[in-house]
Amino acid sequence: MTKQIPLVDYLVLGDPPHLVAHECTACGARYFGRHNACAACFATEFKTVPIGSEGTLMTFTIVAQAAPGIPVPFVAGVIDVDGTSVAGNVVNVDPTPEKVNLGMKVRLTTFPIGTDSEGTEAVGFAFEPVG
Amino acid sequence: MSEDVWVLGIHMTKFGKHPDKDLLDLASEAVMGALSDGGVTMKDIGVMGAGNLMGGGGIGQPLQKQIGQTGIPVYNVANACATGATALRVAIMAVKAGEVDMGLAVGVEKLAGAGLLAGGSRAADANTWTPRGRDGAVAPLDGRIGTSTMPGVFAQIGQEYGHKYGGANFELFARISEKNHSHSTLNPLASYQKKMSVDEIMNDVMIAYPNTRPMCSANCDGAAAAVVVSDSKLKTLSAEQRRRAVKISASVLTTDPWEEACQILPNVNTLTRNAATQAYEQAGIGPEDLDLVELHDCFATAELVHYDNLMLCEVGGAVDFFNSGATWRDGTTPVNVSGGLESKGHPIAATGVANVWELCTHLRGEAGPRQIEGAKVGLAHVIGLGSACGVHILEKAA
Repeated sequence: MTKQIPLVDYLVLGDPPHLVAHECTACGARYFGRHNACAACFATEFKTVPIGSEGTLMTFTIVAQAAPGIPVPFVAGVIDVDGTSVAGNVVNVDPTPEKVNLGMKVRLTTFPIGTDSEGTEAVGFAFEPVG
Repeated sequence: MSEDVWVLGIHMTKFGKHPDKDLLDLASEAVMGALSDGGVTMKDIGVMGAGNLMGGGGIGQPLQKQIGQTGIPVYNVANACATGATALRVAIMAVKAGEVDMGLAVGVEKLAGAGLLAGGSRAADANTWTPRGRDGAVAPLDGRIGTSTMPGVFAQIGQEYGHKYGGANFELFARISEKNHSHSTLNPLASYQKKMSVDEIMNDVMIAYPNTRPMCSANCDGAAAAVVVSDSKLKTLSAEQRRRAVKISASVLTTDPWEEACQILPNVNTLTRNAATQAYEQAGIGPEDLDLVELHDCFATAELVHYDNLMLCEVGGAVDFFNSGATWRDGTTPVNVSGGLESKGHPIAATGVANVWELCTHLRGEAGPRQIEGAKVGLAHVIGLGSACGVHILEKAA
């Protein structure tokens, strides 16, 4: 089995793969990146909480012009997962306004990013339409 | 209660391509224009706020060496697309605080021909995956988890509004752009003065759906500068200077307070609403009193949400408000009669002074063919992503 590493540390490559957030133990605000203190209430204690795998597409764009090396077009959006907003691409769908709809149900999926010089495979995440 | 502050002199260069002028040429032209407009010289100025975002910063002292070194304090500021408004705030705050009786603000940028300003390049993947930064990312994330490009970010901001309230679609956003391009035909200082049809706009190059190229702010060169003065100093100046002075009824800068999702997709709404609320309170007026508004249409998708954020319409009513024709130059609340960032152009650090120049020009009755007749009160708004929001309300001298 190829050794794997997640693209970001808030992606857990378990079974099934899932996202985790840092949740402020005082006010419940959630963050995906490391924080020195809570931006909402300034407390400094966080616990790690799992994020669900299904959500609703709250907004999106179809990026047609991006940096060299980034395949276009692709769909970038924000997914509401039970009240927690997650940034991610929407994949496994035609990147057209006819096929991508505001409010559509999506679920987490993972995909390989590439393999490094030591043979480790990086794994990224995105969302795909449900059904 | 601190005393009122006035715009005494103000100037904007032609926005567009200036291959033969560098940053200092453009900034000098703007400052010397503003000083001349106000009937004063560098000798009268007590403080300078200087903005230049993309040229490496620190423009103030090199500029002094070109136009006048008097030893005054320079505050070189950087606040994303709110840099110009921040420079202006510095000068206004210094006057309000009573430290000086006259201050200068300048913003300058050279961006003609620049492509995507964020997300225009992405670092190569490393040879070995090593977690770095606050997300423990092993590789660059642009394009892998969302987009770093501004057209893409602001497309999502407009689409989010559409999802929440309905009625916003590709064509509606294109019609907002049609309005601003139409307005630009009357502004000789705009980068582009070309009327465009909705069809032309929708069928132009797609950048990030639903924003096509003419729906994006135009990268260009330009500068703008303003001289502000205290009420007591103004009283000592000539009748002509007093007649043309424009009152700064409100000057506000805000940042984005924490809200769920604000670190996922920048929230440009709450800080704008907060800035507008504070500005209306400072000025003692309401949105219904505004004769013209210059708001931050960095993308057509952004203009829509700011109708709501600036309370020009009811909450959730931006689509109906636009469809009523209110924001065309012959409507009830003309918005971006300069052509806006989509056609006037967006030399970033100049923008937050240039929109105040547009207001002053109308309030002085000096806007020529694009004059909003009888304009007495105007509001200027900018957003710098990350975020900073500047709102200024200006009033014609009584």
